[in-house]
Amino acid sequence: MKAILGTIAWFLAPTIVLFLVGVQTLSVMAKSDRSQSVASSAADDTDANPADLKSPAESNGTSHPDQQISTGQVPNQTRQNTFLIASLTVFILAIFIGFEVITKVPPTLHTPLMSGSNAISGITIVGAIVVTSNADDWKLFLGMLAVILATINVVGGFLVTHRMLAMFKRK
Amino acid sequence: MQSLAELGYVLAAVLFIFGLKLMAHPRTAVRGNTLGVVAMLLAMTIAMLGQQHYVTITCGLVIGALVGTTFALRVQMTSMPQMVALFNAFGGAASILVAGAALDPSSTGDTAGMVAIAASGIIGAVTFCGSLVAFGKLQELNFFKKKLNFNGQQFVNFGLTATMVLLAALLVSKPELSWLYLLIVIAASMLGFGLVTPIGGADMPVVIALLNAYSGLAAAATGFVITNHVLIISGSLVGASGIILTKLMCKAMNRSLFNVLFGVMGGSGNAEDTEKIYATVRSTSADDVALMLETAQRVVFVPGYGMAVAQAQHAVRNLAKLLEERGILIEYAIHPVAGRMPGHMNVLLAEADVPYEQLIEMDRINPTMETVDVAIVIGANDVVNPVAKNDPESPIAGMPIIDVDKSRTVIVIKRSLSPGFAGIANPLFAAENTLMLFGDGQQAVLDIAVAIKEG
Repeated sequence: MKAILGTIAWFLAPTIVLFLVGVQTLSVMAKSDRSQSVASSAADDTDANPADLKSPAESNGTSHPDQQISTGQVPNQTRQNTFLIASLTVFILAIFIGFEVITKVPPTLHTPLMSGSNAISGITIVGAIVVTSNADDWKLFLGMLAVILATINVVGGFLVTHRMLAMFKRK
Repeated sequence: MQSLAELGYVLAAVLFIFGLKLMAHPRTAVRGNTLGVVAMLLAMTIAMLGQQHYVTITCGLVIGALVGTTFALRVQMTSMPQMVALFNAFGGAASILVAGAALDPSSTGDTAGMVAIAASGIIGAVTFCGSLVAFGKLQELNFFKKKLNFNGQQFVNFGLTATMVLLAALLVSKPELSWLYLLIVIAASMLGFGLVTPIGGADMPVVIALLNAYSGLAAAATGFVITNHVLIISGSLVGASGIILTKLMCKAMNRSLFNVLFGVMGGSGNAEDTEKIYATVRSTSADDVALMLETAQRVVFVPGYGMAVAQAQHAVRNLAKLLEERGILIEYAIHPVAGRMPGHMNVLLAEADVPYEQLIEMDRINPTMETVDVAIVIGANDVVNPVAKNDPESPIAGMPIIDVDKSRTVIVIKRSLSPGFAGIANPLFAAENTLMLFGDGQQAVLDIAVAIKEG
């Protein structure tokens, strides 16, 4: 466990640092861009200030309160932040549930567990359906392709899991 | 209406969790899988409500279902790892496409959404390409037999990671530059390729498990893109499952994940040493083995992937039945990395009708190996190599093994004395209580069965 966490940390740490540096640099660049163009809209403002909305931990250190006031879009941003924090909470709690539930699966069933959980990861199909529904022209094609791929994952995964589990059961 | 749909998604998520919970026992596992199907249908139905482009979506569903069914019904149990790798790749690709289609150049102010899109594209692409490489390696495609990695690959990988992250940051701050997404996906695909190509065949179980975790995380990232909690929950469940399996596989080989991903396992021991070790090897015949088995009380089979390659599992099962009829206790000792993915050997034996009560995992059977009269090693090598315990210099030092050397008699069925994945000699073959039965696995087991019937 330690080793895995260590490896993940080693990867994440530089990634996050690079990302923060990148976002900061770019938002500074974007700000100077905007000061040149007089006709910038309120929407542009929020767009150029990405650090505000990232994650709860990061936004603490990098928020620009002066801008939030000037854009007048604070309620909207707050709503988005609330959803983000709620989602991150759900994400982390679900990982804990996953650990609890899956540690109890015996090694005998690890292959069906893997193909079954693989099928569950095909839940992307919900995303595929939603984006296809809102898409037009070439994006419609992307969406349909996503639906096809996710369906293969779901149907194939569940079916092959059933095949394997039936072999364990018929005694 | 909207909140009703949300509640439906919550129900689906709960069903997924219960489904996985029922996977804890072979008797309830089928029901667990069915619950998963119900949950998925529920989520899909809710997603379909009040949508447009029904025809396109339905076409996609039908095509996908047909292809998926064909794959699932035709795949051989030995090819299960390739199959899972391929499905992982499809899942990853779906995440890339969903995030790509959700990309709206005019969306401003939604930084969280843009971060999610970039993350979804990156994780999806690494999963997609990595899984395709894993598939190619497991399928033993010629392209992947050559040495594809080169010195300094780690630096290239690091460079790719850095480029990818910077591109992502640029995309997040300037959503109107949507073509950047394509570059991010390309860089991430190259990274996926570069990460998996250098990994050796013996480490495939770890890689498959890790990619499984990635496919879950990709789905969770997509959940952040379309702001849907059922994707986030199911994705994290799969991610957790993949991480647990990765950890178990690493432990079963006594290697760290870092070592698997970036280390190269070197073979050791030269030809002279090998000759010295194998000087006292004794071979036996099917008739002699039959005699030994008839007088035994407890017989343990130790299968490896070689058994499945020789298609010997049905022959082994028949031999075991024959012995059971004579009142001999039969068990199968399963090493966690006996197959090519977690739990693979259990599936291969279950396919041959071996009852799951007879499949004993390594940790449970090792303390009782002293009371085993005959241990039959078939198609396994490194997982029974006592060097792992005795020689701290060995490349497999510290790897847990099945202690067959403690049983009264060991029969090793093998074509020749060639080394296993780790490329090292196995002193077990020359041990005092070991007899080698040279030959094809299936034929050898059939010969023993015939000898017992005649005797």
